[in-house]
Amino acid sequence: MTAFATAPKLKLAVFKFASCDGCQLQLLNLEHELLPLAGRIEIAHFLEASSRVEPGPYDLSLVEGSVATPADAARIRRIREESKVLVSIGACATAGGIQALRNRADVEDWKQRVYPHPEWLSVLPTSTPIADHVKVDHELHGCPINPLQVRRVLLRALLGTTPDLPSGSVCHECKRAGRVCVLVARGAPCLGPVTRAGCGALCPSLARDCYGCFGPLDDPNPPSLAGRLAELGLGPRDVERRFRGITGYAPAFRALADRIAEERSAEETGGSADD
Amino acid sequence: MPRSPSDGDEANRISASRFLARPRLQELIDALRGRGYRVIAPVPRDGAVVYAEVESADALPRGLRESQAPGRYRLEAATGDRVFDVVNGPGALKPFFFAPRETLLQVRTDAAGFEASETLPETPPTAFLGVRACDLAALGVQDRIFRRGRFPDAWYEARRRDVLVVAVNCVRSAATCFCTSFGTGPEAREGHDLVLTEQEDGFVARSGTPAGAEVLDGLSLPPAGAERVEAEHGALVACAEGMERGIDTEGFPELLYARLEHPRWAETGERCLSCGNCTAVCPTCFCHDESDEPALDGSGAVRVREWDSCFDRDHAQVHGLNFRPHIAHRYRQWLVHKLGAWIDQFGESGCVGCGRCITWCPVGIDITEEVAALRTEAP
Ligand code: SF4
Ligand code: SF4
Ligand code: SF4
Repeated sequence: MTAFATAPKLKLAVFKFASCDGCQLQLLNLEHELLPLAGRIEIAHFLEASSRVEPGPYDLSLVEGSVATPADAARIRRIREESKVLVSIGACATAGGIQALRNRADVEDWKQRVYPHPEWLSVLPTSTPIADHVKVDHELHGCPINPLQVRRVLLRALLGTTPDLPSGSVCHECKRAGRVCVLVARGAPCLGPVTRAGCGALCPSLARDCYGCFGPLDDPNPPSLAGRLAELGLGPRDVERRFRGITGYAPAFRALADRIAEERSAEETGGSADD
Repeated sequence: MPRSPSDGDEANRISASRFLARPRLQELIDALRGRGYRVIAPVPRDGAVVYAEVESADALPRGLRESQAPGRYRLEAATGDRVFDVVNGPGALKPFFFAPRETLLQVRTDAAGFEASETLPETPPTAFLGVRACDLAALGVQDRIFRRGRFPDAWYEARRRDVLVVAVNCVRSAATCFCTSFGTGPEAREGHDLVLTEQEDGFVARSGTPAGAEVLDGLSLPPAGAERVEAEHGALVACAEGMERGIDTEGFPELLYARLEHPRWAETGERCLSCGNCTAVCPTCFCHDESDEPALDGSGAVRVREWDSCFDRDHAQVHGLNFRPHIAHRYRQWLVHKLGAWIDQFGESGCVGCGRCITWCPVGIDITEEVAALRTEAP
């Protein structure tokens, strides 16, 4: 008998907001590790794994998805109240997700164009990260999240400590893995230098450039990298697109992309005025 | 201090030099393998050369050379069948001894308390073939830190213990090289067991240790002769003189300490991505982080060490405060430590002039340019 085995089980809940379920799936992808964990964790609310639902409060809540409807906005507040520790998981929950593309558009207009009965829809004009609505204790980034990081969050929660997640760039992981840099050796427009570590440098390990799915690292420098991408031959539109991906609504990426967009439109109007 | 190559005793040098015809390089590899070494050598991979295990001389970057510039590296075809014309790639010897990630301890807990045991790596005897003078010098720097410091590192030592080094003198430098500024190259002077200098049809070979001499003797090579040794000397002088970059280290470290408020730091802080590539490729950088990975069943944990970087924001995070909050602070920390404070700390420079931090910086920040700018007094 170990000292920890006698401790009460950690009551875990997993909730879904506007998202594709892929991050919750990473939890299930822990497969053979779930069995020993099952003795230490009580899965109290995890609809993707079990239809049995226990009421709160929960020791640890993992929240996937972004807040996209008025009902979401109310529900996340209830979940926060019921959760000792709340961890948002994935690009949707931490940065608004790909659905945050609508944050730059007129949602009313899109509704009219796409749906036969737009009046049946109740949506917010924006898709926003969980932390915009409630206090979040930790964030797990990525699209999807890395199962090893979920594992770390669970095991650290069992010990009552913080998960201690990386704050630096994907380049750290890329170099530790002994990869040859695709930006330097091939001129590929890699976002690794401004993207948060955590994926294990998955894309560069497959000889392709990082597209930033973990979002910006703490204190990134997107303008300098954007300058380098331009030197590598990307036009302003391509650079803007590069930063408007899955985590494009994250403030550091958004600020850069918005600035490029502004400069482009200023140039275009300037150009037509000259004509 | 820059030094001229081959200032040793001319006659001794000639008598000590053998000639290894290029087709016989395989015999050297076989001899090393026959003595129980795995052989690690530069091989082309993913557009660069990386150190990897080889069984055959055919795996070497034959007929290739590279072009390097700040933030840019390309392998290119060259005429001829020389195998050591690619000066270097992103990786030095560092990862082989100071592992990017490794388990240090296994901790077991039970009702009575906990018990920790070291998990030392089991590394086969290893021969490195094609090690450059600057990397050899960097190995010396890391040896003095990890092996000869007040707290010798058992994990480094376990990997480092049974190693044989076949160095290769540089007869060609990359545009990013500046080893002459630190006197670490282009000729390998110490720390090698064998050294080769590549010529049109083969290699001038000499031993540096009894272990190297034994390998060399086993190959029964003909003498290189005065003419080849003369040509070798000329090639090394030409390589040293042809080096495009340099750092004027006059007045270090005090000069750097006197420049801590120089406006250049803020300018470079605007360019620097704080990505840490420079520290990862630097053959002397040794910063690391340790963390504990708990076991699934709660029976203990493993303690893991991995490379860290002074460019990582968390590196300077202490009790809720960060004492290097801006990228400029981190760049300054790196450069002033590498070229200045290292001298106070270890009695030598932390830079050997390999140029990797210049080439592998995604935005091409050039330490030699930075120093030149910092040397000029702020306006
Ligand atoms: S490939 Fe990308 S992630 Fe890897 S070192 Fe280069 S820029 Fe960084
Ligand atoms: S500081 Fe740069 S040039 Fe000097 S040893 Fe490190 S990587 Fe090489
Ligand atoms: S100097 Fe270059 S490689 Fe080093 S952290 Fe800054 S951008 Fe990255």
